[in-house]
Amino acid sequence: MTEILRADNLRKSYDGFLAVDGVSFSVRQGELKALIGPNGAGKSTCFNMLTGQLKPSGGEVHLEGTRITGRPPREIWRMGVGRTFQITGTYRSMSVIENVQMALISHHRRIFTFGPRAWKLYRDQALEFLRTVSLEDQADRPCSVLAYGDLKRLELAIALCHRPRLLLMDEPTAGMAPAARIELMQLVADIVREQGLSVLFTEHDMDVVFAHAHHIMVLNRGALIADGSADEVRRDPRVQEVYLGGGTLFKEAGDA
Amino acid sequence: MAFLFAQFLTGLANAAALFLVASGLSLIFGVTRIVNFAHGSFYMLGAFIGVTLMEVLPGHLGFWGAIVLTGLAVGLIGALVEVVVLRRIYRAPELFQLVATFGVILVIQDLALMIWGAEDRLGPRAPGLRGVWRIFGEPVPKYDIVLIAITPFILLALWYLITRTRLGILVRAATQDREMVGALGVNQAWLFTGVFALGSALAGWGGALQLPTGGADLLMDFNIIGAVFVVVVIGGMGSLPGAFVASVLISVLNVFGVTYLPQSTLVLMFVVMALVLIVRPYGLLGREEVAGEHGQVGAPETPIRPYGPLGVALTAALLALLAALPAFADTFLMVLVIDIVVFALFAASLHFILGTGGLVSFGHAAFFGGGAYAAALLVFHTQTPMELAFLFAPLAAGLLALGIGWFCIRLSGVYFAMLTLAFSQLVWSLAFQWRSVTRGDDGLINIWPADWLNATVPYYYFTLALGVGGILTLRHVIHSPFGYALRAGRDSPRQAEAMGIDVKRVQLVAFALAGAMAGLAGGLFVFSKGSVFPTELEIAKSFDALIVVFLGGVKTLAGGVVGASFMTSVEHWLTRLEYWRLLLGLVIIAVVILMPEGIVGTLHRLWQRWRPASEDTAR
Repeated sequence: MTEILRADNLRKSYDGFLAVDGVSFSVRQGELKALIGPNGAGKSTCFNMLTGQLKPSGGEVHLEGTRITGRPPREIWRMGVGRTFQITGTYRSMSVIENVQMALISHHRRIFTFGPRAWKLYRDQALEFLRTVSLEDQADRPCSVLAYGDLKRLELAIALCHRPRLLLMDEPTAGMAPAARIELMQLVADIVREQGLSVLFTEHDMDVVFAHAHHIMVLNRGALIADGSADEVRRDPRVQEVYLGGGTLFKEAGDA
Repeated sequence: MAFLFAQFLTGLANAAALFLVASGLSLIFGVTRIVNFAHGSFYMLGAFIGVTLMEVLPGHLGFWGAIVLTGLAVGLIGALVEVVVLRRIYRAPELFQLVATFGVILVIQDLALMIWGAEDRLGPRAPGLRGVWRIFGEPVPKYDIVLIAITPFILLALWYLITRTRLGILVRAATQDREMVGALGVNQAWLFTGVFALGSALAGWGGALQLPTGGADLLMDFNIIGAVFVVVVIGGMGSLPGAFVASVLISVLNVFGVTYLPQSTLVLMFVVMALVLIVRPYGLLGREEVAGEHGQVGAPETPIRPYGPLGVALTAALLALLAALPAFADTFLMVLVIDIVVFALFAASLHFILGTGGLVSFGHAAFFGGGAYAAALLVFHTQTPMELAFLFAPLAAGLLALGIGWFCIRLSGVYFAMLTLAFSQLVWSLAFQWRSVTRGDDGLINIWPADWLNATVPYYYFTLALGVGGILTLRHVIHSPFGYALRAGRDSPRQAEAMGIDVKRVQLVAFALAGAMAGLAGGLFVFSKGSVFPTELEIAKSFDALIVVFLGGVKTLAGGVVGASFMTSVEHWLTRLEYWRLLLGLVIIAVVILMPEGIVGTLHRLWQRWRPASEDTAR
């Protein structure tokens, strides 16, 4: 499998505090890869450096061989990288389908278009994406009245709009009921299989992670301590220490 | 050298009152997030109450006693305003409350006129401090030296209050996180009232302390509020040491400006503010501001839709009525409607950038007046035909907006608002002080339309066509992909950037479009009046537009237009009365309290309630 995303020695420091300390990894074509780790491990910081929300203090990011380090989010998106956030950022003054249409308008580079009515554009395509995440019956509801789990699914639909080659999902199932979590990740796994895109996601629910991820990386206090298949990671003594020896972890974190 | 030093001392002395007023404003903003435009009114009240008390109380004790009592009295008035008006609208987003404070300004202006009359009062000299001391041979008033000596103690006292007392801890905690302080069991309502009273008292003391060097007059409120906001913004919103440093900087600069660059006095401080904000977007000692919400209270916005058949029918009927108006109306009514259409277009252009874009501009008059001046200058100096000059109004205003926007768009929230204010003051001072070109406050006159339009009825149709056309164009853009992208950038800039939208670029284009539309309104205005004066570029003009947008309703598409029509009509009737400011102020305050969603927003909600069969309620 070819390598699609590559991070080399990625670092981020805040006033001397190293939130991410020399992380290197790669994501391959068609892979569903999880990035796990305790709270504050630096998962979201990593994601934000990969998709341009944060500028790395050091290190490089390459997308299929092209250097994208420090480029603005919109450019990275145009290169085919989708992104969902831990806290959803949908447009609350638009309807569900308009949120998807907005992404399609941007994808078709029609932002600086003044003529047509926006809600008439790409409506059928948008409905198709909503159908993928089973939101088509809520298409015309205001976004502000959606349940949280539905918002997460809407975000996924939006992220799929520009046919990304790589999708980064930050806690895609946070705040959802257990059954809905499995369901959503099953959907993502299906999409990965059908469309051949790659997904990198963070997740706290280990059932979700071990059920779906092809490969798992473990981040602890800014450093990558494991990167491998589910079995390898499960057997790794350092991972066990982080996840099972919680007492020790918290004590060390307190001292730091 | 000695002269320079004496000048410097004068600047320092002037800084005392400015710092007092500014620290009060900074304190109020920090805790309550209210942009209190009425702060200058408390300063004016301080001056008038101070004069009155000093006339009653005799001697040394009387003078200083009067100053102390003045602060307490103004503090009390501030508490009253807070309890009666502001407490009712704390849930509203921060910039909505400034509309209420604007109502308070109008009310206090007329009350002061009723109580103290229109005449300026000279402040009494401080007993025992009448003469001058010689410093390096230069005379420096004794009172100035006393003021210079007092100021650091005021800073110290405030600093102690904020950093060392229990009240100070609460104030700082509330500045950082209001909700948390409330959750910890602090009675926020009284904390806010207390802080508002303290802030007002500081303004009152400022007004009383400057009496021996200044005096009391009815223009003080507007004259100081610009400087106070500049100081607070340069220093950094909520920072006391910042306010101190900035007060000294601005006061000293002003003194030297008067001596060496008398043509630039009006604009000097705004230039400094613009420079500071471009280099340090959050002021000298301020911290990054989390941009507040710029919407309005009430339910979250529902997706926008063009009017249904009923709405279209009503709009068409209204337009038909307006088109038929010359058949039965007199000139007087037609002129009123011209004024309304011009103001409605101006307000709609601000509403476009504020409501759809989420960018609160305090300087929108720069584009209205800029357009008016662009056309008028061409006609006045080069006898350009009216048709051509008229085209230059939106063009010049649009280019001006593009230039100003390029600097401002990088900021957000209150800082964006203040930088737009600074630039509009720059434009205003150009019109006011570049006399050889603009004729200053004599204005440009004899700017009449071409012959075929030079009568009320043709010009009425001209205004109606272009004004309504402009408003409909803006509405169309709101529904277009560009309008959606603009709204996306307002709702969630992060999400918008993460789906390929260059938010700043979209905002800049929208800002330029809004500027061009304001310029079109300015062009219509100048040829309808035949003249233009620097007043069309004043802060007050920008605020007129802001107020009608908020009164109409930010979250509704028709808000700007309806607010403008309401305001122009109300003003038109009220200004015949002697104390019209008082009444207008009360009307504004009443609308703000009773209809926090704005006129259109509230009507819309009532309409929804009246027919609950609507689709979403049914679910």
